[in-house]
Amino acid sequence: MAYKNYILVCGGTGCESSKSDELFKALHQQAEAQGVKNDVQIVKTGCFGFCEKGPIVKVLPQESFYVEVKPEDAKEIVAEQVVKGREVKRLLYRKGEKADSNVKIEDIEFYQKQFRVVLRNCGVINPENIDEYIAREGYTGLERALFKMKPDDIVNELKVSGLRGRGGAGFPTWLKWDLTKKAPGDVKYVVCNADEGDPGAYMNRSTIEGDPHSLIEAMIICGYTIGARQGYIYIRAEYPLAIERLKIAIRQAKEYGLLGTNILGSGFDFDLEIRLGAGAFVCGEETALLRSLEGNRGMPVPKPPFPAISGLWKKPTVINNVETYVNISVIMSKGAQWYAKIGTEKSRGTKTFALTGKIQNSGLVEVPMGTTLREIIFDIGGGIRGGKKFKGVQTGGPSGGIITAESLDQPISYESLTALGSMMGSGGMIIMDEDDCVVDIAKFYMAFCVDESCGKCAPCRIGTNQMHAILDKISKGQGTEDDLAKLEKIGKAMTKASLCMLGGSAANPTLSTLRHFREEYLEHIRDHKCRAGKCKDLVVYEIDAAKCIGCGLCARKCPVPCIAGEKKQPHVIDQARCIKCGECYKACKFGAVIKK
Amino acid sequence: MARVSFTIDGRSVEAEEGENLLKAARENGVDIPGLCWMEKLTPSSSCRMCIVKIEGQRGLAAACATAAQEGMAVTAFDEELEDYRRTTLELILSEHNYDCGVCSKNGECELQALAFRYDLGVDQPKRITVPAIWKKTPMPVDRSSPVLTYDATRCIRCGRCIASCDEIQGKQVIDFIHRGARSFVSPSMSMWSNSSCDGCGECVQACPTAGLTEKPLVERFRSFEVERRVRTTCVYCGVGCQLDLWIKGGRIVRVRGADVEPNRGRLCVKGRFGYQFVDHAERLTVPLVRKDGELVEAEWDEALDLVARKLGDIKAKSGSSALAGLASAKCTNEENYLFQKFVRAVLGTNSVDHCARLCHAPTVAGLGKAFGSGAMTNSIPELADADCILVTGCNVTETHPVTSTYIKNAVRKGATLIVIDPRRIDLVPKAGLWLRQKPGSDVAWINGMINVMIEENLVDREFIAGRTENFEALKDLVASYTPRRVEQISGIPEEKLREAARLYAKSERSAIVYAMGITQHVTGTDNVLSLANLAMAAGQIGRPSTGVNPLRGQNNVQGACDMGALPDVYPGYQRVDRSEAAEKFRAAWGVESLSPEPGLTVNEIMQGALSGTVKGLYVMGENPMLSDPNLQHVEEALKAVDFLVVQDLFLSETARLADVVLPAVSFAEKEGSFTNSDRSVLRVRAAVPAPGKARTDWEIVAELSTRMGYPMKYESASEIMDEAAALTPIYGGISHARLDRETLHWPCPAPDHPGTLFLHGTKFSRGKGAFHPVDWIPPAELPDEEYPFVLSTGRMLFHYHTATMTRRSEPLNRFAPGAYAEIDPEDLAELGGADGSTLKVTSRRGSIEIPARASPRVARGTIFIPFHYAEAPANMLTNDALDPVSKIPEFKVAACAIEVLK
Repeated sequence: MAYKNYILVCGGTGCESSKSDELFKALHQQAEAQGVKNDVQIVKTGCFGFCEKGPIVKVLPQESFYVEVKPEDAKEIVAEQVVKGREVKRLLYRKGEKADSNVKIEDIEFYQKQFRVVLRNCGVINPENIDEYIAREGYTGLERALFKMKPDDIVNELKVSGLRGRGGAGFPTWLKWDLTKKAPGDVKYVVCNADEGDPGAYMNRSTIEGDPHSLIEAMIICGYTIGARQGYIYIRAEYPLAIERLKIAIRQAKEYGLLGTNILGSGFDFDLEIRLGAGAFVCGEETALLRSLEGNRGMPVPKPPFPAISGLWKKPTVINNVETYVNISVIMSKGAQWYAKIGTEKSRGTKTFALTGKIQNSGLVEVPMGTTLREIIFDIGGGIRGGKKFKGVQTGGPSGGIITAESLDQPISYESLTALGSMMGSGGMIIMDEDDCVVDIAKFYMAFCVDESCGKCAPCRIGTNQMHAILDKISKGQGTEDDLAKLEKIGKAMTKASLCMLGGSAANPTLSTLRHFREEYLEHIRDHKCRAGKCKDLVVYEIDAAKCIGCGLCARKCPVPCIAGEKKQPHVIDQARCIKCGECYKACKFGAVIKK
Repeated sequence: MARVSFTIDGRSVEAEEGENLLKAARENGVDIPGLCWMEKLTPSSSCRMCIVKIEGQRGLAAACATAAQEGMAVTAFDEELEDYRRTTLELILSEHNYDCGVCSKNGECELQALAFRYDLGVDQPKRITVPAIWKKTPMPVDRSSPVLTYDATRCIRCGRCIASCDEIQGKQVIDFIHRGARSFVSPSMSMWSNSSCDGCGECVQACPTAGLTEKPLVERFRSFEVERRVRTTCVYCGVGCQLDLWIKGGRIVRVRGADVEPNRGRLCVKGRFGYQFVDHAERLTVPLVRKDGELVEAEWDEALDLVARKLGDIKAKSGSSALAGLASAKCTNEENYLFQKFVRAVLGTNSVDHCARLCHAPTVAGLGKAFGSGAMTNSIPELADADCILVTGCNVTETHPVTSTYIKNAVRKGATLIVIDPRRIDLVPKAGLWLRQKPGSDVAWINGMINVMIEENLVDREFIAGRTENFEALKDLVASYTPRRVEQISGIPEEKLREAARLYAKSERSAIVYAMGITQHVTGTDNVLSLANLAMAAGQIGRPSTGVNPLRGQNNVQGACDMGALPDVYPGYQRVDRSEAAEKFRAAWGVESLSPEPGLTVNEIMQGALSGTVKGLYVMGENPMLSDPNLQHVEEALKAVDFLVVQDLFLSETARLADVVLPAVSFAEKEGSFTNSDRSVLRVRAAVPAPGKARTDWEIVAELSTRMGYPMKYESASEIMDEAAALTPIYGGISHARLDRETLHWPCPAPDHPGTLFLHGTKFSRGKGAFHPVDWIPPAELPDEEYPFVLSTGRMLFHYHTATMTRRSEPLNRFAPGAYAEIDPEDLAELGGADGSTLKVTSRRGSIEIPARASPRVARGTIFIPFHYAEAPANMLTNDALDPVSKIPEFKVAACAIEVLK
């Protein structure tokens, strides 16, 4: 039976944390209460990507795109749209300043330059219903693989597609599969790295939450190709929703005969299990992940041997990340030729990015390789929040480097980002503006690496610690110019000599900011000044008695509190107690609080 | 494996293909620095000092994790690499409590050596001088272990200790804890004293710095103060570990495992930390003679003359058969040879025996009958390459700790371990299959396994046909041992027995390992014969990593047997009742006649003493007052003899009863050889001076013999070995000169013979292997209403035999200070007791009081007591019922009653 309306409610983690789950329940209650239960199907989907404006609700067939919807809005949506067939204008996305009832999803700037391959089903289907995945050509790639192709054909298909690993370094996926396929041994494994650990990255989480079967399908195809009968998805325990949806998806796939013995009557057996990681960043490194999967302490081991030859329990193992696998499901259903047309010569296909930081539209985006950073940040992302000045973008998380304004027109590819001193990484993209201090940023990432270094190899274990200590010193105005040379020396040794890429890239944020913003470091050292006002020890907040009208707002906002003054009299900050949080600065409407 | 050539820094070098590049470079004189690599361990590549450039390879590679390949071009030293190394080393030093002046590893520390090489002091201008970070995070110093100290401020996190504990010793006690710069090495349960660490010290030996150090054995020292390092053989168990004793000021200050066979550098807690007894204050330093009922100090002349006169008198009055001697499995081959020569040639009797009677007499008898040679068929390290190992009646991790490491190495490599033991021994968690048989049911389950092998067509027909005899008789006998019947007798579930039979028979290389759980029964010889049947039926013998492998208990119990310290055979198992052998020895020893009658065994000597037929007894280094069954009976016997001479290191329980006590020297004070469990003849070397007037056992025997009118003149132990070798075919090619150069396993019949690693390769020592069908019979004493429990006795890791040495070594005492009885917690609760309650354990022969240890290791209805403790001697309770063939007492099964006292 056909419904009058379909209401798609975003069920990604971002929107769930803004009460989309309550909204979802409220919509059901309202449909029941208003007697239109049979006229509407309410579906919880995966992430729409436009997290900035969440929770997102999309109503079909009108294609109404509602943003920032609250549970209280459910009554109106049902009453207006389902009962009366009218859009709820106040909830529609506003393009510019005007509410425009004709703004459809494809008209929204955020989506205009995107091309959704990996995220094709996110926000479209109910990830907890396998039928919806199948209805969107799901598992046709598996069918094609099992019944129309030999393992070598699949390897060749991947070769034609030009797909490269989406986890970081961009190793050709076909080659990895081919090596594992040819490696001697009866027992082989398929592993998915879903241990997304970069601060600010959530591409993999959203993909699994929105389209888990796409991952499962590709892993089965991988098993068939390399001759494995068991796969593991290593996912961090901090992703409960993704885990839950994966569990449901695996159960459904088993019920449909897509997992287990004799898959679809092909005679091929393959099973899949979920293994939870305990949140160690280093376990995103493949050898550490495999050790953790075996039940050992998650510490990297030297390569070679590569996992393709000796991986999980010393058996040949393919390990790819979520995005790589999901691409494969599409390649197998739409064909390599179709896929190879997307992207650039050496970097085919699309790439998902998680836009965060000082960006207007934070969210999950997917663009063809070759899109420029400017297009992503300014066209899709809507530019810098609050009209501030763009300073740089950090790609590749704590392993990447900062890319500055002069490189904004670089088309994105594995090679171009590496050439810029950063890396593709898994796809975190953190935008910084003039209020961000490079010393502070470098210190933040180094602190992250200090915490996350597994401690196995000396350069990383001690180097991160020493570099952090030096950065800390500089941020306090106690640094010397000699310290910059030390940072570079340790950073270089760490980059070159570390055992795994955690240490091998941990110095990148520091070294790249030193390269692009050396002046700012020197300001901290010579002038004891932090121009962004982020380094608390170098910042003083004062109240300009001439401008202060004594409204007391700053004193009320002060968390310490250390601001005193009579009503309508100029207030004063007790410098000894000030923690330099900047709340007074932000609160004052008269520009009376001065940051020095 | 092929040789490959490649270049390092432009120089052409050669190595085995696939060899570790770091090792290959060093062997070619290119000293690439490195701190975390050790040849035997999986490279961790964590110190990053050995980074090199390899042409055509992206990034830098750690030499320690790179395999040598034909044509590779390696850059080991250039400015860039040295720059990274220097920086990395500075980082490591910044994490290190860099205070070499007070460090006990000063002079032998690998980090210190590298700091010296790179000229990196604490505050050098060359350094980037990063601040010391080890002070920033509180780092633990754990002194709780009895044997070692862990100091995280001196640890470089190389992980060598962790890998040694796991990969070599198979113990997995330690790992890193926390992450990053807060990480350090931690034992299970966070503290050494609470952990499962048994103190083997493998980790200490592997530590390149002072992260892990031994607690001083006698005093603190630095390596450059050590005067000598003496290679010798451990005096404890039968593994025969090779040691280096580090000597300072005439005392043993450190023990290190030597990287040679059979132990390849490995040791156990006793071997590394059990030598405080050597210069213990209670060592005997002068002879003692009983006057007016008291033992008083005497001169050697007085004591020796007295002994010579007394023994001579008894021989004259009552005949040679009134004399007997107990040789010692603790003494050297040379001393045992001389002792039995003395008893036979001078005292004129074959009544010489030793504690082998109490451990492996059934092995000597059983394997002798089946194969023609009563010793371990294969060498100990071969176990590491077995595909299936069947361990039965052998708590190998405690009794032969280093042997157990090879078993664990095999399991790590994928071998299947089958444990068949009534106790849940420490190997059980590593076993693929554990069968818990009822005590005394061994013949039944072994026959049952052969039954299954025949039924399922798993026997090796070709081997049986070509190499053995009498299989049909065995086939007939085992037909009635169906798995169902075996289940009724042994309690082993039918399906598990089948599984064990399949695993053992089908594996490419299966080895049987057994010890006293098999031999110490009235059916000891039957049990051994049955194991021989099993191995031959499956064709699992005569090849590397297979065989029937009795683990001999004492350091030189094999050698004491080889040297004829047995009542029925001369050295080399030449029977005393065969006239050609008797004639050979008579002629060689230059005596008129030798007794053709086999002499008395240990137990028969005690019986004889009680009945008055044995009047004079000479005991060299044995302590029957603790080691023999039914102690009350032993004490009466020893008190009954007219004259008792005891030669020992300490005033043992037995020595206290003696008329004359002669002070002997320890293994560390004399030259000679021990023969270990796998037939390796191993050198013993003097490392420290003897205390006081103590003399070597062979000097004492020779002196006594001379005084009794049979002059023995030897210049050295080496000379005695030459005489023994000339008369002992299996030792024919053995001399101290050869032993100083190589490891030799007997049989080694000629000076140019390389020795024999495994026996029965193309034919059995006796020609064809003989199957001996044996029927199961129940143990001599079964539990009944009055004595409802089954008592088993045995050893533990931390003490040895009657503990005269181990209880005088403080670290060992700290690990295991007192006696205990293992009992199932539910049994204990039903008796109204709890862990630590005092139990009164009573058998038909005696009664002891002992604290209870509630333990799931023992089955319900059984109790286990280690026999080391004089204050609660398990042998008060044991049954002196004997195996009719080998005369071994049934230590492993005695019925007893248990009462909770408090």
